[in-house]
Amino acid sequence: MSLLELRGISKIYGDLKALDNINLSVENGEWTAIMGPSGSGKSTMMNIIGCMDKPTMGEVLLDGVDIAKESAKNLTAIRRDKIGLIFQQFHLVNYLTAVENVMVAQYYHSLPDEKEALEALARVGLADRAKHLPSQLSGGEQQRVCIARALINHPEIILADEPTGNLDEANENIVLDLFRQLHEEHTTLIVVTHDPEVAEVAQRTITLEHGRIKSDEINKMFGRN
Amino acid sequence: MFFKMITASLVRRRSRMLVALLAIAVGATILSGLVTIYIDVPRQMGAEFRNYGANMIFMASSNDAVFDMDTVQTGIDKIEQGKLVGVAPYRYETVRIHEQPVVAAGTDLSQVQTTSPYWMIDGEWPEKDEEMLVGQNIAESLNLHAGDLVNVMGPTEEDSEDQLNFGVDIRVTGIVETGGKEEDYIYMSMADLETLVGEGELDVVELSVSATAEELDRYVKTIESEAEGITPRLVKRVTQSESTVLGKLQALVFLVTAVVLVLTMICVATTMTAVVAERRKEIGLRKALGASDASIMKEFMGEGLLLGGVGGILGSVLGFVFAQFVSVRVFASSIRYQPLLLPVTILVSILITGLACLFPVKNATTVDPALVLKGE
Repeated sequence: MSLLELRGISKIYGDLKALDNINLSVENGEWTAIMGPSGSGKSTMMNIIGCMDKPTMGEVLLDGVDIAKESAKNLTAIRRDKIGLIFQQFHLVNYLTAVENVMVAQYYHSLPDEKEALEALARVGLADRAKHLPSQLSGGEQQRVCIARALINHPEIILADEPTGNLDEANENIVLDLFRQLHEEHTTLIVVTHDPEVAEVAQRTITLEHGRIKSDEINKMFGRN
Repeated sequence: MFFKMITASLVRRRSRMLVALLAIAVGATILSGLVTIYIDVPRQMGAEFRNYGANMIFMASSNDAVFDMDTVQTGIDKIEQGKLVGVAPYRYETVRIHEQPVVAAGTDLSQVQTTSPYWMIDGEWPEKDEEMLVGQNIAESLNLHAGDLVNVMGPTEEDSEDQLNFGVDIRVTGIVETGGKEEDYIYMSMADLETLVGEGELDVVELSVSATAEELDRYVKTIESEAEGITPRLVKRVTQSESTVLGKLQALVFLVTAVVLVLTMICVATTMTAVVAERRKEIGLRKALGASDASIMKEFMGEGLLLGGVGGILGSVLGFVFAQFVSVRVFASSIRYQPLLLPVTILVSILITGLACLFPVKNATTVDPALVLKGE
């Protein structure tokens, strides 16, 4: 059974079909890139997979459970327990230090554990920046704090929305290296991007256009670059 | 973590939260200050009203008990210690000055100064026996002045062998001006009067009691039932105007306090609404990380209530300073610290802040994380 399965998903806003009959399966440990121009439905699909929105029709099976039928309260719990989110704009709480930002995710999930949060920061190379506020960190460092926060509760899926969109090349490479490590550890990654260079390092690339899947390709070069 | 988050939000975002804290602290200051004055004002005003003269009198009751100072003392004993400002006994007898009949009041002149502080004295108050005060009207009709030595005779011309009729030379130390009936009498010590007319009973005793109208009523009832030989009466014109003024003053303080609390609530609610609006992304993020609506409410409410607590502590301290300032300026005396007011002010501040935060915090839970976290 696939970890994630979208069956006949549509999302309709008035006359606009943001997603139109999407069928998609993501296996456990797979690294998938979702590409497409603005308005192609990438963000809508991310929101539905991330339990922040519901489809107008269709089924979204996560671990065999149709999350499209769950209540808002249950969706919050599923998001907390199974999904790690990485954002283009990092979205760190600006008055909390790096380690406290990681601990916030622990707090909502179970119990905050500073030692574990520090280890997560060390894993993304930020052990020495743990007590810094976001305003004292560079964009790349903030994104790495965001990744540490997404990983801290050992989610089943990491959803990254344009994770390198606000980074320079050096920081982009650091983030992609972290994704490679996560993939090697069999973490399921779904990365939304409009950057072909980010998409081509993934195992699989799905391209959306006008709310439909235009292509779904396995990257033959995967693992060689 | 919860406490760490809310304190970090207040401490590291202090410039933002300062406005809300200031509003709460000002509200709590006014609340604490005005309530301190509200509680202390009867005492302050009571002292002030003592300047308008005695508010209770004792007269002889109709039974056969002797109305003297021993009897009076049994009534005084029914009044709480510290409440009694002064007791002036009066005995009125007719004496003669320059062969003219004059009503003399034998009294304790040092006590009269406390029971009738409004008397204007042209000259000095008597300090010993054989000194007296003369009412303005008597002084004019008999051409008496402060400093004159006057021979005061007993009541009759008969019994010339009676030493009482030789009279006593008494010095006028001052002329009494009140604009009232006091100007028709002369005032001497009880001992001098007894020398002139012999021993006798008191006619009336004036008491100045620093107490509320309810306390005064209670004293009157107690004395009436428990002190034999005394008929206590309240001087209505003094006690009624005192309670009227007090009632109005307390109503005014109550009204101002209520208005200030409402204004504080509006200010805190406005600030918290702005805080929620500018933290929509953070709220969205928390929800995206799995925070329930209850968690979001708990955190924002926690911030608000902590703010209310800190504002309450600040306010109760500043409130006492404010009350002290007002008391010294208006009543020229320092105010009593009310220890109970500290927890009450903190609790009311927390309550008011909690109420003010309800709507903005409820509003925070409506944030849609998908909308506010949307990428560029």
